[in-house]
Amino acid sequence: MINYDKILADSVKEMKPSGIRKFFDIANTMKDVISLGVGEPDFPTPRAVRTAGIRSLELAKTKYTANRGLESLRQEIQSYVYRKYNIQYDAASEVLVTVGGSEAIDAAVRAITNPGDEIIIPEPSYVCYEPITRLSGGVPVVINTRAENDFKLTKEELLSAITERTKALILPYPCNPTGAIMEREDLEKIAEVLRKRDILVISDEIYAELTFGGARHVSIASLEGMKERTVVINGFSKAFSMTGWRLGYACGPAPIIKEITKIHQYAIMCAPTTSQYAAIEALRSCDEAVAGMLEEYDARRKIIVKGFNDLGLECREPKGAFYAFPSIKSTGLSSEEFCQRLLYSKKVALVPGDAFGESGEGHVRASYCYSLAHIKEALKRIGEFLEELGDKR
Amino acid sequence: MNRKILRLMENDARISTADIATVVGISESEVEEAIRAMEAEGIIRGYKTIIDRERIDENSVSATIELKVVPKAERGFEEVAERIALYPEVESVSLMSGGCDLSVVVTGKTFRDVSTFVAKELATIDSVTATATQFIMKRYKDHGVLLTDEETDEREAISL
Repeated sequence: MINYDKILADSVKEMKPSGIRKFFDIANTMKDVISLGVGEPDFPTPRAVRTAGIRSLELAKTKYTANRGLESLRQEIQSYVYRKYNIQYDAASEVLVTVGGSEAIDAAVRAITNPGDEIIIPEPSYVCYEPITRLSGGVPVVINTRAENDFKLTKEELLSAITERTKALILPYPCNPTGAIMEREDLEKIAEVLRKRDILVISDEIYAELTFGGARHVSIASLEGMKERTVVINGFSKAFSMTGWRLGYACGPAPIIKEITKIHQYAIMCAPTTSQYAAIEALRSCDEAVAGMLEEYDARRKIIVKGFNDLGLECREPKGAFYAFPSIKSTGLSSEEFCQRLLYSKKVALVPGDAFGESGEGHVRASYCYSLAHIKEALKRIGEFLEELGDKR
Repeated sequence: MNRKILRLMENDARISTADIATVVGISESEVEEAIRAMEAEGIIRGYKTIIDRERIDENSVSATIELKVVPKAERGFEEVAERIALYPEVESVSLMSGGCDLSVVVTGKTFRDVSTFVAKELATIDSVTATATQFIMKRYKDHGVLLTDEETDEREAISL
């Protein structure tokens, strides 16, 4: 019989998923779970976008597109990124359409990493950066951002992580799971460090449209001198509620995009054609739909943050993405214990903070991609859970 | 601010004043005051429950009745519309553009209730020259709320 252990690559076998995956599997198969566990919007994709996708199918627009993506889509991306974030890219040479932001991150990291190169990753953050870095032969250098800094990346933390082998900094803001954003003055301090060095920023801005309380997203690429050293990654999943369409993009300096495009060309050919046609419509006509979703998220955000604080779980105000990241330290439980017990006793699914890096320990991630009624019910059950926990102690 | 409050209440009339206060960013007593003021001004006209009558064991029949009406010299359609609105059987009265003048929704326990009401009450009003009754066979959505089986959340309980 074939020995699969010999067949599989060591680097892949060593990859997580670790124990936490088991917990997810249990949550995902359990019935009647009130979940605050997902990382995707609950809204349907705006109708105009769906219609555009259907129309493209009716017209049999089902061939491969250019490797870089449809020219008309790249032009829309160019004008959108300029209109929204004030960065001027050339649609022909500085924009690449990818299969979600995920592919863009993967290809960008692969394009720059020689064996042993270091990639700086602030955590807690989305789970893909570290495994992708390792698979590319790179060495992840984790920065544990701190709750007292609202999980922002500081200049000092960055400086202490930089070595001669540093190739790139991943900048994952607005941040899943913390909801942290980097405002202009925060970014200026980071930019000041990077301007003097040959370090690329891979700025994962997938949640850029989802910022609250008057704070507009600022891209580090829009700061002086930073466009030439930044790859901006964005996509349609979060802002336009298009997760299943699998469409994203990377914008950056032509010499980098050109090399990323080679990887994309060999690995993927081109992003799904139907999704590309739909995405043109999203960028052209959906500002109002996005604003409507944003208003709804904001109402939920306020309710959930107040809800956690009222329950005695300290929750700072998340200014971006669609997650609250309350501390559960007051319970004396670890994040995983907390989530497991909550799931079994009250059937509420949250994600333990350490799923996003060690520094997430002591917190849980609660998504508010759910109706207000659903969120209120989950909070009520968490309250019961905390009460029973208190009685036992 | 009022518009924000209304948007929340329009979605869910039972939303607590505490939740409204949290979302709008004012105190609970300010919310209560604003609601009272809107009630007094007639902006908020009432709170009702959306019931899917098919799910309870209760006979209920509704019909939309299109009326042609001869308008009065001074008050046009107002007088007859207001008169019709007084019947408890009448759920709504609207002035229409197009083929008919008034559209009236009438609810009763049985078909006969509704047809009797139309024949004896509406059709006999002097200025009403014609009626066209359309019975409602099934409601799929009422006041913006789906009455079909609720959509299930296709998302998994946890995704990162």
